[in-house]
Amino acid sequence: MPVPKRKTSRSNTRHRRSQWKAATPTLVTCARCKEKRPAHTACPTCGTYAKRRVLDV
Amino acid sequence: MPTPTKGPRLGGGPAHERLMLANLATALFEHGKITTTEAKAKRLRPLAERLITFAKRGDLSARRRVMTVVRDKSVVHLLFTEIGPQYSGRPGGYTRITKIGPRKGDNAPMAVIELVEPMTEQVVAEATGATKRAAKESAAKAAAPAAAAAPAAEEVVTDEVVETPEAIEAEVTDEVVTDEAPAEETEEKA
Repeated sequence: MPVPKRKTSRSNTRHRRSQWKAATPTLVTCARCKEKRPAHTACPTCGTYAKRRVLDV
Repeated sequence: MPTPTKGPRLGGGPAHERLMLANLATALFEHGKITTTEAKAKRLRPLAERLITFAKRGDLSARRRVMTVVRDKSVVHLLFTEIGPQYSGRPGGYTRITKIGPRKGDNAPMAVIELVEPMTEQVVAEATGATKRAAKESAAKAAAPAAAAAPAAEEVVTDEVVETPEAIEAEVTDEVVTDEAPAEETEEKA
């Protein structure tokens, strides 16, 4: 069974981990309650999407 | 070579996938609105709409073909007697998918899939008014009263839409009431 020949150096580990980044979510302002909500998604605050009630909040 | 299924595969095998989609379709017709994952909602939509098209046809062979998917006879009866006829004026697009964000627990993107409301007479009048308007503008600007009635009806709707956050339930009932009135007006003018 193939195994790594060398221990991964601290430098390589840290270079790899430096690429772990969180992506910023695309937020838009809800037209009805003025809260931020994800785009193309029913507003989790007021429960509406395109002036239609979707969720019971 | 067979065309691959559009959208993600569900479940552990083809039989499992068929069962899951059949159960989702049954639940959708029974309740009118279900919450599920985005992937399942996207797979369910074409199946559910095809079943509604069968329901609109309404004959015995259509009913038997629906029975091969939806096993519950009471749901099939509901589909053929209520859901099918209410979409008689709508050429497809019987369901609506709204994304509602990720689920707690596994962060799966969730969606609500629901049967759209039956077309009100006013919407049909607006649509026919728009086609009439297009035809008349291309020919000549002759008789505009029927087209003028349709924009008046549209204004009523846009006024309704601007409401306070609390009044959305009331809004729905109001719209039903006001939908009737402009339609009658257009009939009188025409």
